[in-house]
Amino acid sequence: MDFSALQALAASNDWMAIFPEVLLGCLALALLVLEIVLPKSLHSSLPGVALFGVLAILPSQLLSFSVGFIEGDSFNGLLHHSYEGQVMRVFFLLAAVLTCLLGTVSLPRQRVPRTEFYHIVLVVTAAMMLLAQSNHFVMLFVALETVTIGFYILVSYFRGSPASLEAGLKYLVMGALSSAVLLFGIVLLYGVSGNPMLAEHTATGMNFDSLSGFLAAHPHDFLASVGIVLVLSGVAFKIGAFPFQIWVPDVYQGAPTPVTAFLAVGSKAAGFIVLLVLARTFSAYAWLTVPVLTLMAGATLLFGNLAALTQHNVKRLIGLSGVSHAGFLLLGVVAAATVPLGYGAVYFYLFAYLLASYAVFGVMAHVAGPDDADQELAHYAGLYKERPFLALVLAIGLGSLAGIPPLAGFMGKLFIFIATFRAGHYGLLGIAVVSVVISIYYYFSWIRAAFFESWTPPADEASARPAPTPVGLTAGVILGVLAACTVILGCYQGPLGMWLSGR
Amino acid sequence: MTSLTFDPLLLAIMAPLAVALAIALGLPKRWSVRLAYAGFGVPALVALWAWWQYGAAPSDHGYAFLRTYSTGLDGLGIRLTLGLNGIALPLFVLAGLVGLAAGLYALQSAAEKLKIYLMLLLVMVGGLMGVFASVDVFFFYFFHELALIPSFLMVGLWGTRGATENSYAAMKMTIYLTLGAMLSLVGLIALYVQSGAAGAHSFNLITLREIIAARPLAETVQHHLFALLLFGFGILVSLWPLHTWAPLGYGAAPSSAAMLHAGVLKKFGLYGLVQIALPLLPAGIAHWGSLLGALAVFGNVLVVGFITMAQRDLKQVVGYSSVMHMGYAFLGVATASVLGLGGVVLLMVAHGLSVALLFLLTTSIHHRTHTFDLTAMGGLARTAPVLAAFFVAGTFASIGLPGFANFWGELTIFVALWKFSHLFTVLAVAGVVISAVYGLRAAARVFFGPPTEAFAIVAAEHPPTDLRWNERVPALILLAALLFIGFWPRSLSAPLNATLVQLSAPAAVAPAAK
Repeated sequence: MDFSALQALAASNDWMAIFPEVLLGCLALALLVLEIVLPKSLHSSLPGVALFGVLAILPSQLLSFSVGFIEGDSFNGLLHHSYEGQVMRVFFLLAAVLTCLLGTVSLPRQRVPRTEFYHIVLVVTAAMMLLAQSNHFVMLFVALETVTIGFYILVSYFRGSPASLEAGLKYLVMGALSSAVLLFGIVLLYGVSGNPMLAEHTATGMNFDSLSGFLAAHPHDFLASVGIVLVLSGVAFKIGAFPFQIWVPDVYQGAPTPVTAFLAVGSKAAGFIVLLVLARTFSAYAWLTVPVLTLMAGATLLFGNLAALTQHNVKRLIGLSGVSHAGFLLLGVVAAATVPLGYGAVYFYLFAYLLASYAVFGVMAHVAGPDDADQELAHYAGLYKERPFLALVLAIGLGSLAGIPPLAGFMGKLFIFIATFRAGHYGLLGIAVVSVVISIYYYFSWIRAAFFESWTPPADEASARPAPTPVGLTAGVILGVLAACTVILGCYQGPLGMWLSGR
Repeated sequence: MTSLTFDPLLLAIMAPLAVALAIALGLPKRWSVRLAYAGFGVPALVALWAWWQYGAAPSDHGYAFLRTYSTGLDGLGIRLTLGLNGIALPLFVLAGLVGLAAGLYALQSAAEKLKIYLMLLLVMVGGLMGVFASVDVFFFYFFHELALIPSFLMVGLWGTRGATENSYAAMKMTIYLTLGAMLSLVGLIALYVQSGAAGAHSFNLITLREIIAARPLAETVQHHLFALLLFGFGILVSLWPLHTWAPLGYGAAPSSAAMLHAGVLKKFGLYGLVQIALPLLPAGIAHWGSLLGALAVFGNVLVVGFITMAQRDLKQVVGYSSVMHMGYAFLGVATASVLGLGGVVLLMVAHGLSVALLFLLTTSIHHRTHTFDLTAMGGLARTAPVLAAFFVAGTFASIGLPGFANFWGELTIFVALWKFSHLFTVLAVAGVVISAVYGLRAAARVFFGPPTEAFAIVAAEHPPTDLRWNERVPALILLAALLFIGFWPRSLSAPLNATLVQLSAPAAVAPAAK
């Protein structure tokens, strides 16, 4: 038997290129081992191991910016290491750190195993990082499924809570459906591109570069367009875009708060990276993808904001507002089809969203009581008087989500608007402006509850609100840093701004 | 990045913001108060210095003190560019003076949570100095929002009405003003993209002017862009019928916030129209001028004027009157002539000073009467003659009597308006009578005549004292500025005229509509 072909394949297995992912996997396994090895008294230090472990991996990721992997392929074309991919790896590592931090706040209030939570978060993070660099439908699907299956477990992690279990079931059903749709789309594209009757057919239709070449040669193939729409629909499920947003409020409410945060930020960002890569791959079908995404963006914006208006549960509210943020990001994706600034705008928006969302979720994790699904807007009344620090972080986070200068969220929206305007989508821009004004209403209601209203204890014990958890040192420092970064990134964009605006 | 040499304009912006940051980081109260004096004083001193030095300072593209800093968005053409031209200078001075007066008044007010109150006020002052010093259109908007946010919080937290009404007023202001700001933001982005400046990468007003002078925009594009800017800015300046947030918000706002918002922040929209929209979009004003004039004269001047006459609440009278006076400013904008625009800028400064003075005195009156209800007051002049004198002077200024700065603003606007439309001029002058009626009636109700029974009871409990010195100083600053400009308008109008003539020269201002 001749092994030279396999050797040639193995030679492109550049393990150094996925060094941070490998480290994350090792750390995740080490956590499980440590739980068995260490005496019970030391188990409380395991979340710290996870948190600081990821923080330690962060510099090794920063190194990969300088090593010569940028703009190269590895693993025989499964992965493509673009500069954006590296930036997004940092993004996912940050999200993992912050999710672990929220876990240390939320989990101790529940009777659930702890270590496995961090294990799964780390594995999911590694999968997201691979997803951000995937250049092949097999890689994309495997990574996406790893993320999704991890989330099936995480969403129903509070197994004593009916809301959490219900959310898990809903996410499972919807997730499985969307995976099936995505897979069907992939298969159609693979089948069409491999049809030997067509010119430029390719045996490697799973590879984005080959597929892109085939699509450019057949810009109006019916089967390929069906495949493209199905693939886009599958991804739209993950990012919670209209009309696939139906699972969002229930799942966001039922999932444990750290998982909701991870779902809102990490999973959404992963979806958008995939969407950007796919939009580039499908660029020959812009006649199809741009109208589809345009419709989706407009409907997502309007639905998210109008639905969020009537919410009293803050987890549902933040979930639906997350749908509207998906709409803003979709604007960026639509604009990116013709205006390169669109890419930079999406990345900046994601970072601003990460900072602001985790600040808000951090406050939510502290304010929430033993019943994690029961977080009412009314519980925030008088927060400013009792916990000025939490109220301030909340105000900065919500202000940034609402897009108020001088906070980072405003700059994100500004870049999206400029890109959209340059791309000439005036109708979408009008919808976006209306959306911002609507969103001010519900974000401001939340701020108003925290600052302007005072809490009057109700007569009956049943509706008493939970007492906020005291803010620990690490949590306090990190929340403060998040708020400060939100302000600084809003005023001074520095190298990040140079990078994205220089595109 | 330019070298970090001494830049007074940056200092005027950063000093209040730095003090606010220090207070936010937990400065003890005693030091917060001391530093706050510096935070309010430095911008005012810089503003006066800039006024003094403006004629002598070297001018670059019509701007004095021009400096540029990078914030990392050079690729998009966003750079922090600071400078003053003849339009910006008067408003920069206004912001400095009203900021100082509002700050001094806040320092003596013994408000609850004084530290945070001062912090928010300092952020507002810093933002306002930035608005008028910015040559970059993006930062012009950015600083405006920076100044706007604290005003929402201040209305909600330190409002002078009930808790529910305060938070309703804060909410309404937020939504209205966000809508206005978003519309104008889209208008500014549109201007940036449509002018082709997106290719040249510049939000800089000087570059934008050069680009548009070389290649004017198509007429329909100008019409659309101008509509976005006009109605966006119009909401911010309370153009009828989009004005309803203003009296409500001012009625609820604490004195210093109302002074800064009504006095200075609201001028942002008009300033944007005069500085950005009119020179860049001459066909826009020609198209929309008649509608703007009609809305201003029938809506702001007459309708709101009559509403003001019907008010029984002193703070509402001042709030509505400020909406009404914005009508004159819009009329000046509608004429789009050098004379009319000069009048607008002068009126903006004069109105800013006089309305701030009136809000200040209204709060001082409230401390003595414990009510804003005009029917429940009377005879305050006996016990507080100095307060009465200040209030009457402020009312005269607001009506536009000769000797006060407002007179020159209104007069020039009327002269310019006569060429634009005879009917509008007649109606606008009739508006002056309306403002005299409600102004004088309010002053008479509060200070003269016999005290009402209700007020006699309040006065027995809290014997009213006259204006204290720490209230007089901020009032004096404002009144002195009003009189100074009233007797020597040339100090502002000379640089203003030079800039306006220069701006209208390259692209000839469209002829009047009628």
